[in-house]
Amino acid sequence: MQVYRTASHERSRLSEAAQPKGERITATGRIEIDFERCKACELCVPACPKDCIGMGAAVNRQGYASAVFERPDDCTGCAICAETCPDACILVWR
Amino acid sequence: MSAPGKVGFSKAVYTRPRSLVDVKSHFCPGCHHGTIHKIVAECIDRYGLREKTIGVACVGCSVFLYDYIDVDVVESPHGRAPAVATGVKRAQPDKFVFTYQGDGDLAAIGTSEIIHAANRGENLSVIFVNNTTYGMTGGQMAPTTMLGQKTSTTPYGRDFRGDGYPIRMAELLAGLEGTAYSARVAVSTPAQIRKAKESVRKAFEMQIGGMGFSIVEFLSTCPTNWGMKPLDAQKRVLGEMSEYFPPGVFKERKQADFA
Repeated sequence: MQVYRTASHERSRLSEAAQPKGERITATGRIEIDFERCKACELCVPACPKDCIGMGAAVNRQGYASAVFERPDDCTGCAICAETCPDACILVWR
Repeated sequence: MSAPGKVGFSKAVYTRPRSLVDVKSHFCPGCHHGTIHKIVAECIDRYGLREKTIGVACVGCSVFLYDYIDVDVVESPHGRAPAVATGVKRAQPDKFVFTYQGDGDLAAIGTSEIIHAANRGENLSVIFVNNTTYGMTGGQMAPTTMLGQKTSTTPYGRDFRGDGYPIRMAELLAGLEGTAYSARVAVSTPAQIRKAKESVRKAFEMQIGGMGFSIVEFLSTCPTNWGMKPLDAQKRVLGEMSEYFPPGVFKERKQADFA
């Protein structure tokens, strides 16, 4: 019992060290934007309730500057961006 | 597919609908055809209809349905999708048949076909995409073009004295006895997209339940031919277009006439 408690304590101390305050993961969701399929219509940018998406500078093979997942820490995984995207190039995980 | 990057996000909340083919679409940036394709594909998946669906596509940007939705599609002459769909449905009544048409197609060239298909109460579902212009052929005036809208055939803006008024197809078809369901939706905001899904589900349920003809009119953008950025085009749909073409349900039959 004693050993177990120490181990548990040790583990939580270690994980806190691995994630110092301020860099802890606060997001509850994550999206992935298909860089090659995005046509930079910007419809997802105002659709995101948390303003996580912005427009990038890198140009894809179609000639469009794809949208990028700028602030992953605020993402809640609500999937509104994915529903809005006309090209179905956003995937969402929660 | 596994979750990317950080651990802990393992549940896929949104992926491509299974009935939507995993290819790049040819539509212009910001065109709502892609969103409408997704909604239709999701509804086909929801009722497990993929193996028994036959779509009918006409001429226009809507014709490339057969490249993007993974069902059998018949290509019909311009405007004649409801007539071809009537034949398909009568020959194979156990199949799920829907047409996917634009406004130049359904409201101009195919007016006769759509009105008579609705009047006969054919058990079909019609997806009607209204972007107030002929998109594919270069932005000519369609019957749904707004008054004052500049197109390549109305360079000074549409004038009712020479060109008439925009047709409200959803209301017109709701006035026919054979129509079971008629609604107009938009897909410019997330809330509208969810309402649109609900309307397409209802339209599909009408056909599954044998209630008769159902139509869902989508207010769509055409940023290229309107000469607007996609976000400005969406604002036009929410403002000017929604005023003249109010979204809503105009007819919903509660029980089949021939029950």
